[in-house]
Amino acid sequence: MTAEVEIKSHTMNFGPQHPAAHGVLRLVLELNGEVVERADPHIGLLHRGTEKLIEYKTYMQAVPYFDRLDYVAPMCQEHTFALATEKLLGITAPPRGQYIRVLFAEISRILNHILNITTYAIDVGAITPALWGFEEREKLMEFHEAACGARLHANYFRPGGVAKDLPAGLAEQIMKWAEGFPRFVDDIEGLLTENRIFKQRTVDIGVISLADAHAWGFSGPCLRASGAAWDLRKAEPYDAYAEMDFDIPIGKHGDCYDRYLVRIAEMRESVKIIRQAIEKMPGGPVKVNDRKISPPPRAEMKRSMEALIHHFKLYTEGYHVPAGETYTATEAPKGEFAVYLIADGSNKPYRCKIRAPAFAHLQAMDFLSRGHMLADAVAIIGSLDIVFGEIDR
Amino acid sequence: MSSLINLIPAPLWHLIMIVAGILAIMVPLLVGVAYLTWAERKVLGAMQMRKGPNVVGPFGLFQPFADALKLMTKETIIPAGANRLLFVAAPMLTFALSLIAWAVVPFGEGLVLADINVGMLYLFAISSLGVYGIIIAGWASNSKYPFLGALRSAAQMVSYEVSIGFVIVTVLLCVGSLNLTAIVKAQEGMWFFIPLFPMFIVFFISGLAETNRSPFDIPEGESEIVAGFFVEYSSMAFALFFLGEYANMILMSGMTTILFLGGWLPPIAIAPFTWVPGPIWFILKICVCLFVFLWVRATFPRYRYDQLMRLGWKVFLPFSLAWVVLTAGVLVAFDWVPK
Repeated sequence: MTAEVEIKSHTMNFGPQHPAAHGVLRLVLELNGEVVERADPHIGLLHRGTEKLIEYKTYMQAVPYFDRLDYVAPMCQEHTFALATEKLLGITAPPRGQYIRVLFAEISRILNHILNITTYAIDVGAITPALWGFEEREKLMEFHEAACGARLHANYFRPGGVAKDLPAGLAEQIMKWAEGFPRFVDDIEGLLTENRIFKQRTVDIGVISLADAHAWGFSGPCLRASGAAWDLRKAEPYDAYAEMDFDIPIGKHGDCYDRYLVRIAEMRESVKIIRQAIEKMPGGPVKVNDRKISPPPRAEMKRSMEALIHHFKLYTEGYHVPAGETYTATEAPKGEFAVYLIADGSNKPYRCKIRAPAFAHLQAMDFLSRGHMLADAVAIIGSLDIVFGEIDR
Repeated sequence: MSSLINLIPAPLWHLIMIVAGILAIMVPLLVGVAYLTWAERKVLGAMQMRKGPNVVGPFGLFQPFADALKLMTKETIIPAGANRLLFVAAPMLTFALSLIAWAVVPFGEGLVLADINVGMLYLFAISSLGVYGIIIAGWASNSKYPFLGALRSAAQMVSYEVSIGFVIVTVLLCVGSLNLTAIVKAQEGMWFFIPLFPMFIVFFISGLAETNRSPFDIPEGESEIVAGFFVEYSSMAFALFFLGEYANMILMSGMTTILFLGGWLPPIAIAPFTWVPGPIWFILKICVCLFVFLWVRATFPRYRYDQLMRLGWKVFLPFSLAWVVLTAGVLVAFDWVPK
């Protein structure tokens, strides 16, 4: 007497209200016991129509939308849009502006990697790194605040340079911080890197080969963990990156552990770039001296009628960008963040398509987590570094 | 006064004494549990370079009471489709079991509520029953996350009980009695954690697993299955689970102290140490064990469910079994078997 029993997998809603869902990820998991048979990410819960909104804003008004994409590393997104607009306008930022942008892009990178590594540690059950990390992030946020007045939504990088010069003494403070930061990375590594449990939870979990990583559209640390030394800061240097001396850390196995190691190594490289940027930073203006593009100083407006008119025109109509299109990509902390910008000669973009790296990473979720256990799926999400601001846009 | 005593019949008097004894254990224990939650937050805070509770009362000392009041004023929510009876019974079971075990624990020479001969077996049996509270809670909630949590805890607790059993057998071989007072007294020359050091480690780690503490907190698995078996619980039902977990931690530390750290005995039986009363030593040792519990929580990531099984069945079980044989062999070979 044998009865045929069909064991059906059960479906589980992982998120959007879940401590490891990294925002508003809704992951529909088909589980067989604890083994993931299918992972189906549902997105769109944070959709704000950013791309469409940008079409109704002048170029200068569009910048803050980029802060709200990947809100963990806001300045890196502004960087892409600023570069794209500059390309269409046919201008380049003055050297000091470029160096400041590199400086803050790297600070944003560290902000992002600290958040990712520490929340990733929480995902696999280690709670202490997060609390250590947030203290360090706080210091970096204060640098943001000193430079632009806002902790998160900076609106600091503008087409043509940066909004304003660094306040006196900030460069020295950042330099002093950069001296001590590697010790913090050592502390975090002391808790995680050689920890047996952490390794058991991450080594050989969510492995992706280089070919698969390319096929799924991976970029940034996730791609480098699979072995490709591809970094836009080196491959297509923008701003002052060509003058910076730094290495591209790569992994070998493309598993969760390598993605963690790559990020740790990148933080150390970022500190190197920050120090070089401060040491080599030239004097001079921080934004282009073209009054048709960048606003005049306030003091000048009090004296010059022309400056007042420029100011008025810039903050009402904005500047007109010559017709053309550009695909401009930068190395954001999460990967290749790009803007495909079409200008029709008016003061507003005709179309602004945004390529968010985490979107490509999230789509590989099913591929990566199939056959792993529920707890591994959590580690994989953590290692992919997902932020919903940019995925849902 | 003596006439008053004479008025009460002897059996009733006996009963009153037992109730008084129970209260004398329960009340300090519950206060201890309350302050363990406070201590945990303070210790974790210190390790994570923050302050921990410091607003309610001096050094945040009234925080546990504020928490208790908050939980008591919340609404108890019973999810639709839940088995109401079992849903309510599960936290009670967990909490009751974590308190019952203390009946046989000797706090000092003769300071024990029930000095039974099979004290160790009793403790073992009670701590094994603890899993039922969790399984019932997970099943009765009629929800997926608690169900997974219940399955995980069933597998986990069963695996680790086996190696705990062998550790207890090892100690039993060295003592020749299951009576807890006898076990402590057998350590007057040397605490058992010195000759049985590997077993001490196995017992402590299994204790972490048995109490669902980090790095074995997979039945709760905050980042995986949200809160595991008590996802659906709120208010006092939740608080009972919480209290039960912490009372179990104290119990596990107590068992470690009795089995390996010489119970109420002072570290060295010379003048300044012997002045301190036994129960104080007992409590101090429990505090040390609890500190390690908290320290581990601040340091380690969480095991995965199958890795935990592997550690239990493939590492601890063979190892503790081999150690039982080794201990027995040594005892027989040197004719040290207790009479």
